[in-house]
Amino acid sequence: MRIELVKRKEQSRAMLLLSPLIAVGLTLITAALLFIVTGKDPALGLYKFFIEPLTDTWSLQEIVVKATPLILIACGLSVCFLSNNWNIGAEGQFVFGAICGCFLPILFPEFANGATLPLMLLFGALGGAAWAFIPAILKTRFNTNEILTSLMLVYVAGLLLDYLVRGPWRDPGGFNFPESRIFSDAATLPAIGDGRMSLSAPIALIVVVVLAIVLARTMKGFEIRVMGESPRAGSFAGFSAKKLTLFAFAFAGAMAGLAGTMEVSGSLNQLLPSISPGYGFTAIIVAFLGRLNPVGILVAGFILALSYIGGEAVQASMGVSDKIASVIQGLLLFYVLACDTLILYQVRLSRARPAAIAGEAEHV
Amino acid sequence: MAGEEDRTHAQKRPETGTLLDARGLTKRFGDILANDRVDLAINTGEIHALLGENGAGKSTLVKMFYGSLEPDGGAISWQGRTVAITSPAEARALGIGMVFQHFSLFEALTVAENIALAFPKPGNMRKLAARIREVSEDYGLPLDPDAVVADLPVGIRQRIEIVRCLLQEPRLIIMDEPTSVLTPQEADRLFLTLQRLASEGCAVLYISHRLEEVQRICHHATILRHGKVVRECDPTRETAASLARMMVGTEVMGVSITDHEPAIGRTRLALRNLTSPATNPFATELRGINLDVRAGEVVAIAGVAGNGQGELFDAVSGEVRVGPDMVCLDDGPCGNRDITWRRRRNAAFVPEERLGHGAVPGMKLSQNVILTRHGTGDGLSSAGFLSSKMAVGIEQRIKKTYDVRMSHDDPEARSLSGGNLQKFVVGRELDRKPGILVVNQPTWGVDAGAAALIRQALIDLARSGSAVLVISQDLDEIFEIADRIAVISRGHLSGAEDARTMTRERIGLLMAGDAEKAGAA
Ligand SMILES: Nc1ncnc2c1ncn2[C@@H]1O[C@H](COP(=O)(O)OP(=O)(O)OP(=O)(O)O)[C@@H](O)[C@H]1O
Ligand SMILES: [Mg+2]
Repeated sequence: MRIELVKRKEQSRAMLLLSPLIAVGLTLITAALLFIVTGKDPALGLYKFFIEPLTDTWSLQEIVVKATPLILIACGLSVCFLSNNWNIGAEGQFVFGAICGCFLPILFPEFANGATLPLMLLFGALGGAAWAFIPAILKTRFNTNEILTSLMLVYVAGLLLDYLVRGPWRDPGGFNFPESRIFSDAATLPAIGDGRMSLSAPIALIVVVVLAIVLARTMKGFEIRVMGESPRAGSFAGFSAKKLTLFAFAFAGAMAGLAGTMEVSGSLNQLLPSISPGYGFTAIIVAFLGRLNPVGILVAGFILALSYIGGEAVQASMGVSDKIASVIQGLLLFYVLACDTLILYQVRLSRARPAAIAGEAEHV
Repeated sequence: MAGEEDRTHAQKRPETGTLLDARGLTKRFGDILANDRVDLAINTGEIHALLGENGAGKSTLVKMFYGSLEPDGGAISWQGRTVAITSPAEARALGIGMVFQHFSLFEALTVAENIALAFPKPGNMRKLAARIREVSEDYGLPLDPDAVVADLPVGIRQRIEIVRCLLQEPRLIIMDEPTSVLTPQEADRLFLTLQRLASEGCAVLYISHRLEEVQRICHHATILRHGKVVRECDPTRETAASLARMMVGTEVMGVSITDHEPAIGRTRLALRNLTSPATNPFATELRGINLDVRAGEVVAIAGVAGNGQGELFDAVSGEVRVGPDMVCLDDGPCGNRDITWRRRRNAAFVPEERLGHGAVPGMKLSQNVILTRHGTGDGLSSAGFLSSKMAVGIEQRIKKTYDVRMSHDDPEARSLSGGNLQKFVVGRELDRKPGILVVNQPTWGVDAGAAALIRQALIDLARSGSAVLVISQDLDEIFEIADRIAVISRGHLSGAEDARTMTRERIGLLMAGDAEKAGAA
């Protein structure tokens, strides 16, 4: 006896939309089980994790602060994933973008005027794009696997940041702490409200809207969708796969770099050895939970941001390890992928090894 | 054609008992019934033809036999036992094999690997490769087990599917238009194979739009129209015309070439010493191809599959760039220009493979209109924004003019029947009234009526002052529409000769290699 996956003959559109919801539901159930196993009250745990953060303004603002980079990065990644470019290195692009965006206030603190902030954002986006260009060029020139190269560059960028803040960029007046100098006001993204929310949130919203329009209504969006589904037909349409790979990586890198710069400038206000709780990786979950659709990503970004805040909340109030947030994020991705698989396939028990023929699904 | 006595002996329907019996099979897609209470019985050892217009429901019916579609009603019994065939693997276990109309191969894998995937226990790869070689040679469809599928032309891919099927030693082989991409010689060998299989007791369900070959090899025919069985008959007692009439319900028109004396104008497409290296070990190198296609004429390129037709098409269309002077459109050198540039210069292209090359399977037809026409001044894209209204308008026009039948408005390309999609991809370019049209296998898989429509449209286009280049393996088609004929063989092209003086024998000689000398001369 073995378990086999059989491609379903017909799939329903409704299930396609329902699948993320089912995944969220299953995640909740599993989370409850986790609380039970660790000897906590599951109802209270779920309440503290998923509901309470939504009831007070401070944590609502924190959710926005966390959702912003997730949404920005996931928007960039969706362009990559839609066009079959597997950029897994957004975390590195986030970090390298932040480094490029922040050299100005760190190395030239006296350069503080109206141009500082726009320049920082520009450099941040360019830096992220440049970092993403490396796997893109390796892919188009040498046919290397972009999953590996983009992922490995995450660690390079992380170590570079670590070196900078411990070495050359360390705050001379900072008692040897591994951190850069605090940014001047001119280099700080204007805050919104009384919390840590900044201009970055509306910028992310604009990106979502623009990307939604571009994907649905423009030639570039059409090109991205065609190349993702059928590169051969894309080349017949006159699109170049290589150019699109470069574009998709550059765009995703720019979004990640922008997010990185805004995170540092808007929330942290200085460079630290670690500036991201894994936004670049979590954004992959956001992109898929949002069905690679900008509006879906907007919603998914808030759900995953909630998981960060909820994790902190249960740690503080119930003494549950804050690793619970990572576990729940992982569960969510697992369930999203599992639900998608179950929509496309059917699980069956059989005796013989299943025989597969490509495209049998095409023939339904 | 088989001789008279040959027919009466070899082609009587064997009375050997029913192998597969379908009763009342029904399949609905949205608003339309693709199959409406279809009854069909296949006897052991017979070659059973399944005939019908494009979209009649043939592929739908056989997909239910093969377990890749689930019937909405009705029952299938296999060797007297009622069975529910819920997956292709199950169908294969019963002994049903299928050769699809559109291929189902992993492009990145080798021939042997693709075949291994169809077996529950493929065993040792080297032994399998040896068997592939042996069986494919034996049946006259030689294959190299180590070739990577992506590099193989359509004709060879078809062969892989057939050999994969044969290796499973099936009791019933379903073939959905297997010969539409085979050369006459290849088709002849296939027929021998089928006759041999039938004599060994295997049944064949055979779908084809080529009525002559149906008459030649089939024992029995079932005819579908709009999803219903309208007739069963003995094809040997019918004529191609009477079969066509049963399928359509009315008389089928032929191509009228009233005026075979075209008014030839200036050269609109010129290939000058077109040379292009093979991009992979299985591709064909183009060697110094010269050809002029002039306003007002249809020039056809005949040749056996895999002799450089695909490579030639790619170079002319611009998907593969060559030296600037090697391809000229209306006197402008453009060998180094991309396909959109050439389209803007009033050229249009229809590739051989309609699904996945000529059209994106998962996109709507209106989106597929944008695919080839975004740069050609149809107003589909302005300032980077698309106009889906325009696209739908053009799609509606193509649908009406070229009689593309579909189950609902603006469906995804993959849900069209093969022939209807072909009408769409050809119609999409004809609709532009291009000055230069290059089309590879214009009537692959379309029924007699639609083939006549497309051929007539190609001739009419040429007569209106365009240059039309047709690449085809179908000699009947070539003689029907071409003013001049050239032959491609191993990447060489013979000089184009007047179709009225060209003979099949001469084409045969050129195919066999004389094209190289003729091209050089
Ligand atoms: N997956 C699908 N979704 C919706 N409609 C479909 C689907 N598959 C087939 N159809 C419709 O069912 C009808 C029958 O299609 P089918 O492919 O069986 O035709 P066919 O007889 O094989 O034609 P051809 O000779 O052109 O291959 C067509 O109208 C087609 O549009
Ligand atoms: Mg069909």
